[in-house]
Amino acid sequence: MGTLMDDIIEWGGEVFGEEHMETLKLCVQCGKCTGSCPSGRNTALRTRKLFRMAQEDMREEIFNAPELWFCSTCYTCYERCPKGVKTTDLIRTIRNLAAKEGHMSVPHRMIGVYVLKTGHAVPIGPDQMKLREAVGLESQPPTTQKFKEQLEQVQEIFKATCYDEMIDFDWDKMNLKEAEAKK
Amino acid sequence: MSEETKEYAYFLGCITPNRYPGIEAATKRILNEFGIGTQEMIGASCCPAPGVFGSFDMHTWLPVAARNLAIAEEMGLDIVVTCNGCYGSLQEANHLLKGNPKLKEKVNAILGKFGREFKGTTTVNHSIVVLHDVIGLDKLKEKITKPMNDVNVAVHYGCHFLKPSEVRGHGSSETPNIIEDLVGVTGAKDVDYKDKLMCCGAGGGNRTADSVQSLEWMRQKLVSAIEAGADCMVHPCAFCHLQLDRGQAELEKAFGVFFNFPILFATQFLGLAMGLSEKEVGLDAQTTSMPEKLLK
Repeated sequence: MGTLMDDIIEWGGEVFGEEHMETLKLCVQCGKCTGSCPSGRNTALRTRKLFRMAQEDMREEIFNAPELWFCSTCYTCYERCPKGVKTTDLIRTIRNLAAKEGHMSVPHRMIGVYVLKTGHAVPIGPDQMKLREAVGLESQPPTTQKFKEQLEQVQEIFKATCYDEMIDFDWDKMNLKEAEAKK
Repeated sequence: MSEETKEYAYFLGCITPNRYPGIEAATKRILNEFGIGTQEMIGASCCPAPGVFGSFDMHTWLPVAARNLAIAEEMGLDIVVTCNGCYGSLQEANHLLKGNPKLKEKVNAILGKFGREFKGTTTVNHSIVVLHDVIGLDKLKEKITKPMNDVNVAVHYGCHFLKPSEVRGHGSSETPNIIEDLVGVTGAKDVDYKDKLMCCGAGGGNRTADSVQSLEWMRQKLVSAIEAGADCMVHPCAFCHLQLDRGQAELEKAFGVFFNFPILFATQFLGLAMGLSEKEVGLDAQTTSMPEKLLK
């Protein structure tokens, strides 16, 4: 295993380009990100500190920090960073690496369950179908939740990328293995 | 193709059709009123949420987004959206895939399993930008039958409408004017307020990670709008809508305070000013009641 920086550049680099990820090295700890952060107003999230920890290869500390998940990806710091550090994309990449190593809460895993079951993070139910009819729309929109063969395409993507394994999805129960075990 | 006959593939996403269909109804009616068609995207899924799936596994996020883009490509149409999350996800995926042949090849190897392909032939557009730039303020103004002259509006942009500005291309994210222009068309006044450009607090899995903390964030935003004298909030994002409207009921449970502060998607607000009823744009089904001055 390489350093956390190596992993960030490799994993995020494939999507965003390595140069994009290497901007992490440019952070000089000025703190403009932290001063701009709407989450940091209320939470322990200190973006400046996260990047210092990443530069110092503090993998376990970052992966176990609850505040890693308090960034709303608002991009305010991304827009304002005077050194051009691609902050939000770096945070998303660090989260990807944390999730791959099992640091993913049950509510966060459940979002994947909804998508695997319906194709939607927020599926429709009978009450909402009535709301649609009240404004003159078809009771169900023509999306993956309505068409099984379309949903199967989304499920196939999740299998191809092993997202189902990452969240411990049980295909027989169409739910989390972990959630079932807790009952 | 002239603007009078322009057709878009309407990407619904999750929250617009499945929680706030009034946003869908209002947007379709207004765009259609100006000769802009909105065609259904059969088999579209979650965009998927950029701060959520992008945070968990961007290598899953990307092919799911590419599949949605491919559906519009098969229709031969550009995409229009009513949620900043969908806008962020689809526009970013389109941008990344168009600029990286190797990445495109990898994604197409997955889509090819079920006979789909991302080609890079569509564009992703926000409905609010279509109103502003394609229809234009002058034409919108001609259809205003119920001016909002005495209404003070707190404009909320959300995040992914403007940012990252290098991808969105709507100018500076610090000094936007698109929604203010649309509010101005109705005769209403946009009021400045302390947390105007602040996030609603829902994105990036934050609402799911810690709902009370996320609600406190939203509470601060609402208080600053109310203190500035706003009668309502007007915005361009279905996901912000969920947080700001339904979140007020959750806020009451968590903190014991109910603001009853009206939240309107921009086409719901424009719809009222163009003579549509509260019921037609789905505002009667929301958490908060609408004051008389918005409905008269």
